Amino acid sequence: MGSRLVPPHGDPVAPETSAVVSITVDGVTVDGLLGQTLAGVLLASDRLAWRTTSFGDRPRGLFCGIGTCFDCLIMVNGQRNVRACQRRAVEGDRVEFHRDLPFLDDQFDDGPLA
Amino acid sequence: MTTVVVIGAGPAGLAAAQAARELGAPVVLLDASDDVGGQYWHHLPAARPARRQFLIHGGWSTFCSMRERLYNDSLCQIVTSAHVWAIDHGKIYVVVGEPDGTNRDVRVYPTGVVVIATGAFDRALPVPGWDLPGVFTAGGAQALAKGERVAVGRRVVVGGTGPFLLPVATSLVTAGSKVLGVYEANRAGRVLAGWTARPWELMSARGKALEASRYAWTLAKNRIPYATGRAITFIHGRDRVESVRVSAVDGSWAPIAGTEKEVEVDAVCLGHGFVPRLELPIAAGCRLNAHRFVEVDEGQRTSVPGIFAAGEITGIGGVDLALAEGAIAGHVAAGGRESDHALRAPLAQRRIFRKFALRLQVAHGVGADWMAWLTDDTIICRCEEVTFGRLCSVADTSRSAGLRSLKLLTRAGLGICQGRVCGRTVEDLLGARAPGGRLIDSVSTDRRPIATPLRLGELASAFVAPPLDITPINLKGRK
Repeated sequence: MGSRLVPPHGDPVAPETSAVVSITVDGVTVDGLLGQTLAGVLLASDRLAWRTTSFGDRPRGLFCGIGTCFDCLIMVNGQRNVRACQRRAVEGDRVEFHRDLPFLDDQFDDGPLA
Repeated sequence: MTTVVVIGAGPAGLAAAQAARELGAPVVLLDASDDVGGQYWHHLPAARPARRQFLIHGGWSTFCSMRERLYNDSLCQIVTSAHVWAIDHGKIYVVVGEPDGTNRDVRVYPTGVVVIATGAFDRALPVPGWDLPGVFTAGGAQALAKGERVAVGRRVVVGGTGPFLLPVATSLVTAGSKVLGVYEANRAGRVLAGWTARPWELMSARGKALEASRYAWTLAKNRIPYATGRAITFIHGRDRVESVRVSAVDGSWAPIAGTEKEVEVDAVCLGHGFVPRLELPIAAGCRLNAHRFVEVDEGQRTSVPGIFAAGEITGIGGVDLALAEGAIAGHVAAGGRESDHALRAPLAQRRIFRKFALRLQVAHGVGADWMAWLTDDTIICRCEEVTFGRLCSVADTSRSAGLRSLKLLTRAGLGICQGRVCGRTVEDLLGARAPGGRLIDSVSTDRRPIATPLRLGELASAFVAPPLDITPINLKGRK
């Protein structure tokens, strides 16, 4: 539908054949190319969102692509808060959907301004 | 000779490292990525070689020769995956390892002589629906095309302001996307006035004109409409982008009713200029100028002795200016003088390309009335999901003109990106609403004492790590 890897045949930059890297995304095996970031692998498989926000429960994926915005956080091998656009995929990485920690109402009192 | 520590290995940092080495100073070059090049030369990783990458990069051969020289130089220690998270009391705090990893190598470097060249990132103004998956910054789409060979979508629009929209559109085309339009919000009159004034200046920068005509040719060949005075003012979709509304805007960017057009797309790229990465120079105590860039003198010295700055943090000017400033900064940092013969060319280049930077400001500034396209439920702070309506109601109810208190009340700019995405926007929106029309406390959203997130264990061990010895004898052979 949307995002995808540029087909290597016919790519003007003339890429050589790359090794494959396999990761699992929420238990499903997804193949990428060695050297791709996790965001690269996900987008190449037409996954646009891999996180939900804590307030609005809204889907998020990659936005800035250069490590600035932290929208693309993902869970990798049990570790939370990893920027998918910065971390290179490693064979066997277990990648999971990143649900932001729930926001507890009593942490924050909106007070009279709400 | 004192070792020069260069922070950031984009064009400015590479040029600084090279110039310092030419004078014989040892260099430690730190960069957060796992290769040098910065965002401008963000390229495919070593695991994915490609013979013709020069096709999608400006100045690729310049980059390759600088990289090769520095990597083969035993007195230039290149430390990649080096995340500089603070500068404080004469120490540079770094963690080396995977981005957002754990138990990384904690290092502390002395701040004897430092060149800061941390560059800039895209500014994207909020648009209703800009938080939908499928909306990217222009630089993000560019990074994916150049560094991953991933196309962000099949049917894409690019909107915002500035000449950077053109290479982004070109990258998308080369990656096989159909670009349905490039929308420059500034009107043709302003853009033309900025670019064609004082034509004799352009003669000395023919390279830029050539580059621009290459992009124009690619756009024309692929029948991509480039429209001025148009902005993406609404992004529709439920869980991903489905279409955008494009409106004609007036000279201050307020949308003109009745001009709207809907375009079906699966990806949107937004780029409304750039924001300099100022956290490290601010932490080091460097003075900023009135335009909120690092103030430097003729030799690229900042207000702090021993600390130099080069590239986009001293003003948005592009790669040629960054290369010239880097060469000057590295030379002077290594003990050279501005009057040295070696600096004649970089000083001349800097003069020429600073004029280009001024043209950028004239032709592609952000219009004052862009907020007219916001709706009450438009997200302004993406991290904390603070809407425009909430910002307005808190500002109006509190009657506060203090940025700090308004941030605490609304939580805008207090999320995990530390206000990098929305900071300047929040300042603009709250400033416009404050009693008296401006914010009165002298704080800004640029100050971030911890420049990049790190795990608590790493933070704890940083304070007991002694500064590294970076005298030449210890640098040699330690890559």
